[in-house]
Amino acid sequence: MKPPAFDYAAPTQVAEVIDLLTAHADADPRVIAGGQSLVPLMNFRLAQPGVLIDLQHVSGLSDIRLTDDELVIGAMVRQSAAEESADVRAAAPLLVEALGYVAHLPIRNSGTIGGSIAHADPSAELPAAVLALDATMTTAGPRGERRIPAAEFFQGPFATALQPDEILTELRIPRRAGAHAFVEFARTHGSFAVVAVAVDIAVDDAGTVTRAAIALSGVGATAIRATATEDALVGTAPNAESIRSAVAATVAVLSPAGDVHGSSETKVDAARAYLRRGIELALDRAANRR
Amino acid sequence: MSSRDIRLTVNGKTVSVSVEPRRLLVDVLREQLGLTGTHVGCEHGVCGTCTVLRDGRSIRSCTTFAVQADGAEIRTVEGLADGPDLHPLQDAFWEKQSLQCGYCTPGMLMRCVEILERDLDPSPESVREQVASNLCRCTGYKNITEAVCAAAETMRASSGAHLGVSS
Repeated sequence: MKPPAFDYAAPTQVAEVIDLLTAHADADPRVIAGGQSLVPLMNFRLAQPGVLIDLQHVSGLSDIRLTDDELVIGAMVRQSAAEESADVRAAAPLLVEALGYVAHLPIRNSGTIGGSIAHADPSAELPAAVLALDATMTTAGPRGERRIPAAEFFQGPFATALQPDEILTELRIPRRAGAHAFVEFARTHGSFAVVAVAVDIAVDDAGTVTRAAIALSGVGATAIRATATEDALVGTAPNAESIRSAVAATVAVLSPAGDVHGSSETKVDAARAYLRRGIELALDRAANRR
Repeated sequence: MSSRDIRLTVNGKTVSVSVEPRRLLVDVLREQLGLTGTHVGCEHGVCGTCTVLRDGRSIRSCTTFAVQADGAEIRTVEGLADGPDLHPLQDAFWEKQSLQCGYCTPGMLMRCVEILERDLDPSPESVREQVASNLCRCTGYKNITEAVCAAAETMRASSGAHLGVSS
């Protein structure tokens, strides 16, 4: 199918985007980033915006900056550009590993970092990655800029803290020492996750976990943090048995909906297996670095 | 809902074309520019037969509105051959029988051109993993992988003479 007719605007400033969203509030305006989720939805007429506001020419949204304490990624940075960026590879290897699971390269050549986060698909990889990275989302709107922690940003399936007249402008990732892992179970290479696990941990010289941030995609209404597992690991030097029991603390409270990609039980089993694999991989990497 | 004038450089030739915003890039290429080599399949980015290169990188032209490509350099399957001389990758697809029905071929070729332009000595494993972005339901991927590796060898031997096709 083809989309029904709509009006199109290609502004160059964030303020113009906000003005357009406000002025056309009655016409179901939508901003388009890379369009790799929105255009399929429009082709199937599941989304029928009256006005499409293209963000690709908006200045200041496509930069990657590395400072002493954070990595800042503009919302319109293409996913393939982020995975190839030396700054991103240095400061957020977890994000790079997660991007390897996002569809295929032709999709990542168009798809953007901000687009995937703002779309907030509960089975997408990037929401779990930014949750585990304790990233902050910067938004722009008529009431000014807001900085929203990832933990408060994702509010439901395809629902975020963004108001209808706001846009996501950048992602800020704190720089911190540690080790990471991103692992995923999907039906085929490039498919959305049945379960994906993002791990960002710090381990001291004695092998004690000093910080653990672990997030899951695919098993809830949004990407979620595995806080019970994090709490069980921090302050311990994990072994196979304690990892199993730390994982069990999270898995016990999961109740994912079954669907064509797997029953609820299958997803819980996958979450158990991939949480363990992700934690073990991150711990191995931390040990190899000592 | 008015049409917009956009400029595209398609296979090295710059054209101005008036498009409705709702027109997909693949439909503008096929119906307004007459370049029917690029196929349209699933219309949601999964099958890859509509794959073209935008500014040197593969994209799905079925999940790109033509207005989003304003100012871009687009390469399609029609841009691969140099007159009667096929691109080494096209020759290799012929030699290795890397197509049967041919539906996936235009997108597969453009995806494989990108693979070769990023790495002129890809391993078969790497090619197999990368062409997973494009669906072929006839021959499977064995002959396609062989063709990409054979083309890489030809292109290395000819010291990159074909590498710069309109880029």
